[in-house]
Amino acid sequence: MSTTAPLLPDGFVVIVKHECATCQMVEPVLAAIAASGAPLTVYTQDNPDFPASVPHILDTTLAVSWHNDIETVPTLLVIKDGVETERTFGWSQAEWQRITGISSLGADLPATRPGCGSMSVDPDRVDALRAAFTDSPVISRHIEFSSAEDEFEAMYARGWTDGLPVIPPTRERVLRMLTGTTRHPQDIVAIAPPDLVELTVEKIAINAVMAGCLPEYMPWVIAALEAVCNDQFNMHGVLATTMPVGPVIICNGPGTRAIGMNSGINTFGQGNRANNTIGRAVQLTIRNVGGGRPGEVDRATHGNPGKISFCFAEDEENSPFTSLATERGVPAGQNAVTVFAGEGPRCVVDQLARTPEELTASLAACLLTVNHPKLVIGFDAILTLSPDHGRVYAEAGWTRERLLAEIAERTLRPGADLVRGAHGMAEGAPLHLRDSTLPKFRAGGLLLTYAGGGAGLFSSIVAGWANGAIGSDPVTRIVGS
Amino acid sequence: MATGLTILDPTSESNPSTRQLLARPADIKGHTIALLDISKPRGNVFLDRIEELLTERGAHVKRFAKPTFTKPAPVDLRHEIATQCTLVIEALAD
Repeated sequence: MSTTAPLLPDGFVVIVKHECATCQMVEPVLAAIAASGAPLTVYTQDNPDFPASVPHILDTTLAVSWHNDIETVPTLLVIKDGVETERTFGWSQAEWQRITGISSLGADLPATRPGCGSMSVDPDRVDALRAAFTDSPVISRHIEFSSAEDEFEAMYARGWTDGLPVIPPTRERVLRMLTGTTRHPQDIVAIAPPDLVELTVEKIAINAVMAGCLPEYMPWVIAALEAVCNDQFNMHGVLATTMPVGPVIICNGPGTRAIGMNSGINTFGQGNRANNTIGRAVQLTIRNVGGGRPGEVDRATHGNPGKISFCFAEDEENSPFTSLATERGVPAGQNAVTVFAGEGPRCVVDQLARTPEELTASLAACLLTVNHPKLVIGFDAILTLSPDHGRVYAEAGWTRERLLAEIAERTLRPGADLVRGAHGMAEGAPLHLRDSTLPKFRAGGLLLTYAGGGAGLFSSIVAGWANGAIGSDPVTRIVGS
Repeated sequence: MATGLTILDPTSESNPSTRQLLARPADIKGHTIALLDISKPRGNVFLDRIEELLTERGAHVKRFAKPTFTKPAPVDLRHEIATQCTLVIEALAD
């Protein structure tokens, strides 16, 4: 099909469909316009015999309707020198009379009647029409499966999945995904490791389709990929390490609610499309475009299930604290993602603490075990407080800063407890630190977040990977359009 | 054969170029050998011993180190090794 817009003839142009009762109602009106001698062209979307009383042109391909943004039938247009100068849709006696200049037009009809949806905006047709009529600069190679091939099996066989089935990225689906971003399909978002490939918006959209994303997730997927593909986050190392980490994506801002992210019950778990497919799209992009596959560059000893997707939103509405994004310098009201090289979450159980001091002591004791009780400073962590634990701090008026300072104080450890050999464990800090007092986390190394269901006196810890210049730093990026 | 679904390629659409390995040198005598420490703990212990053994056998040894084992070797470092040495040994340790 042609992607160029068909030229409309000068005069009055009306687009109708037989299925629409309003279109049927205005048939005598069309006849009256034709009888007046005014130039009239009628396009019909469905029935070649309708409207019987006036000559008409079939628009069964919907090319005319698509290229002229017809959303409602009937639509009356005035075309002068090939340019649209007037438009009304549905039936409005006053409007049709004004535009045609025929004062008695449709005098026996009701004053107004709404039209019906144009077939060119029918949700079942719109993807195919976009693919047919959009001259989109989507340039990826087309891969044609044979009719004997099951497309899902074929995609497994080509090594494109994370072990779960993926949605076939047809051109129609990819173009629909691209409607979720204002960025050009050939914009380069990042250089994707490990193969150091120029990562385009188009390739991200293809993998986002496969992951199961909706178009409105695209800006989040793009921002998360920008956040992981740089020297600071070091996606190459996160992939290559034998440790179990993967990119954990924390989403902030009003957009998290707009796209239906889950920050409540089972926030780290299954069941929410946005949470599970945004993280998955990031991982599939690294796998398929970057070339990072387990057993090849990905050398993880155990990995963790979050390497399929680990993405959640902070419950900013109910949090007693400033959000992680605000803490990291994101202006209020902006959407942002923060990426963290983390393993799976573990639960902190404290059902008895009623004071912030008691609860902080529990949290600190559990945080001390991150990666190893005798390893300090070199690993960051995320602490996610639940509403039930958060309330203890809210009622006591503790701020984010206060809580982090109190945890820092309670996670200071004497070097004698940490050095190699102490407590019968070879692992630990170098011997020369025996007389030091050492913090568990480097400054800023504990990322406090708030999410989870409304019941449960539990919090959650996500342990990190080697931090700083030798490993990975958390990275925050604003979500664009 | 009748055709099935057509999809867009999700990969980078690039293929790695394959290069023939160079022939093994008959003798290391006179060669300049780069020992690349990837900066894993105790990699230096291993490389110290390798350096001794190579030097005993008449090779010149030059030591190099990556800033961190978690990232690919910087381009400049790779260039330095390629221009100054004829052989390279990379050490992984722990």
